Amino acid sequence: MELWFSEPHTPNVKLSIRVDRQLYSGQSELQQIEVFESPEFGRFLVLDGYIMLTEKDEFIYHEMIAHVPMAVHPHVKKVLVIGAGDGGAVRELVRYPEIEQIDLVEIDEEVIKVCMDYLPSVSCEMRNEKVKIHIEDGLKYVRSKEDEYDLIIVDSTDPFGPGEGLFTKEFYGNCYKALKEDGIMVNQHESPFYETDATACMRAHKRIVESFPISRVYQAHIPTYPSGHWLFGFASKKYHPVHDLDAERWLARGLETKYYTPKLHEGAFCLPAYVEKLLRKVEVHG
Amino acid sequence: MGRFNQERAPIYEALEEFRRNRIVPFDVPGHKRGRGNPELIELLGQQCVSIDVNSMKPLDNLCHPVSVIREAEEMAAEAFGAAYAFLMVGGTTSSVQGMVLSVCKKGDKIILPRNVHRSVINALVLNGAIPIYVNPDMDSRLGIALGMKVSQVEKTIRENPDAVAVLVNNPTYYGICSDLRSIVKLAHAHGMKVLVDEAHGTHFYFGENMPVSAMEAGADMTSVSMHKSGGSLTQSSFLLTGPDMHPGYVRQIINLTQTTSASYLLLASLDISRRNLALRGREEFRKVTALAEYARGEINRIGGYYAYTPELINQDSIYDLDQTKLTVNTLGIGLAGIEVYDILRDEYDIQMELGDIANVLAYLSIGDRERDIERLISALVEIRRKYSRDNTGMFTQEYIEPRVAVSPQSAFYAEKESLPLAETEGRICSEFVMCYPPGIPILAPGEEITADILEYITYAKEKGCSMTGPEDADIERLNVLKEIVF
Repeated sequence: MELWFSEPHTPNVKLSIRVDRQLYSGQSELQQIEVFESPEFGRFLVLDGYIMLTEKDEFIYHEMIAHVPMAVHPHVKKVLVIGAGDGGAVRELVRYPEIEQIDLVEIDEEVIKVCMDYLPSVSCEMRNEKVKIHIEDGLKYVRSKEDEYDLIIVDSTDPFGPGEGLFTKEFYGNCYKALKEDGIMVNQHESPFYETDATACMRAHKRIVESFPISRVYQAHIPTYPSGHWLFGFASKKYHPVHDLDAERWLARGLETKYYTPKLHEGAFCLPAYVEKLLRKVEVHG
Repeated sequence: MGRFNQERAPIYEALEEFRRNRIVPFDVPGHKRGRGNPELIELLGQQCVSIDVNSMKPLDNLCHPVSVIREAEEMAAEAFGAAYAFLMVGGTTSSVQGMVLSVCKKGDKIILPRNVHRSVINALVLNGAIPIYVNPDMDSRLGIALGMKVSQVEKTIRENPDAVAVLVNNPTYYGICSDLRSIVKLAHAHGMKVLVDEAHGTHFYFGENMPVSAMEAGADMTSVSMHKSGGSLTQSSFLLTGPDMHPGYVRQIINLTQTTSASYLLLASLDISRRNLALRGREEFRKVTALAEYARGEINRIGGYYAYTPELINQDSIYDLDQTKLTVNTLGIGLAGIEVYDILRDEYDIQMELGDIANVLAYLSIGDRERDIERLISALVEIRRKYSRDNTGMFTQEYIEPRVAVSPQSAFYAEKESLPLAETEGRICSEFVMCYPPGIPILAPGEEITADILEYITYAKEKGCSMTGPEDADIERLNVLKEIVF
């Protein structure tokens, strides 16, 4: 018998992955959570029918969301990670000894539990003593914080469902307030390729541009996400993502990475012409 | 246990039966289950257009109900604790007009608070009754009119012993309740009927620890906007009557202005919403109250905002407070309610129910989600951070005592002329001016235009309130009575 998991990327396109078996299936208060095992991508996590990560390509996403801001900001001590119940972003962050505290805010406790049980290679640092886990709505958590964090990583799901609030102007504005005067916010920024994703991407960019003085977008290639072409947002009060990149300092750390390099860092901010055009459209007010 | 099994929904069941029978339609509506208008099916769905049908024997007739509609009305009456319930399809406006037209006629006096909905005064234009206004207490800090004080009602009744009825707004748009039981007792002792505009109080009949409902307080008639907190489709409503009203006469009054092609979508939505509330209302409204409670606490912690809390209750002009309402006074951050209302919509994609000079109001109901409440609270935090300013010079006074010169009906139909706003002081207005929402008149037909009123109109326009009523949509001019009239 052939068993395939399919995720529609648009009403007319889908991605299918051959599955060996289903390891977990359960309904939390907020969403349907599933874990499958597959010959090509290893284990993968699915929320409400959408692939969140696979063992094979998660390194790309997690390295790009964590190392890019860490190679720019000169002294990160306190980090807020929102979403990311899988633990992938945290795993990358704990490699930096100067980070003293990581607050991880995840709305769905079940996601954390399932990832700890079934995706140990991703969730392996969730019990690290620097990590404080808060089960709470990210939007709620951040609105009472002021001048507290050096870095905020928004590792959200898509802008429909429980992650919706993490794509709003009120959320980005509250993140601005929660950051110190030289703080950086990096966020999962959707894809520019298919129309629905591109619309979400433009909306998010518009909201961030309105909230931060510096707002740039960078890209990565993630095979299991719709179109494979994925964007991240880099919003900052002071540091420029490329001009303030300290490549030598980062290289001197001797961190081993599979995707990220300081050279790729620079290149990631060079966007295809159509993406630049898309973003420019919402950068001008009015 | 009552006479009826509230799990039933007779109109809905009849429609289901009707659909199964695949009746061939040689009657109206002409779209014939949508076949003649495929775009309508695309918009609304086959399920919806196939029950957009006309009155017929198996589906009864709203103008003279004898079978399933009658049963649905009797079941609603039981669920609401009323002697009779009328299903209404012309909005709660039609319920309110049905009440007013049922108890008074040309020249009769009716006692009412000024902060009534326009539909009440419209009814007076139709039937020629004379409004006797009870001045509501104003809270200048909150910038709203409060409930009717029993002492004020008593005074008005003493001064107008010939009045035939008292109309009470309960709760107001902002959730303020009057001492309904005492007002009913007082009015009945003077042989007056009591009508209640309970548009915002459907949940009082089903929730726990709610303010007293009109029927429980012994009122003679009440208008309940089932489509507001009750969950039915927009434009559907109930008119409830007490034991001293003759349902046959009320039906005749309703039929004066009611459509003879009542929508079965609206009727069925009333039927199943009544079922839902009768079976699950208590639990549903417990959740709504908890959500509102949470939001109030969070908003009051932000600073600058004031979300109305039960501490306001004063046993008199705020006899009780509807705790499902989330009314937030914004003057503390130096912004008018309408300004916050506009920012929330334009910048944060959040649509509030109303914004007035001093407040914004979020209408919480059985369909709200926690995460949306989080968005609202977070947006308010941001608005305070980004937009707050010094609050001196903020206008709060919203109530201006009306001076009724002639009856609304005579003014509405009198000889009139159009004048620029600035030249109307001292003249008698022949039309309505109101901020919408909440739709409470600043001027009603037959009232004198004063300097205070003109100042208020100008201020409200500047702040961006949506002003409606006059023939001149921009409200640069007003129609006034020709001087010759008096």
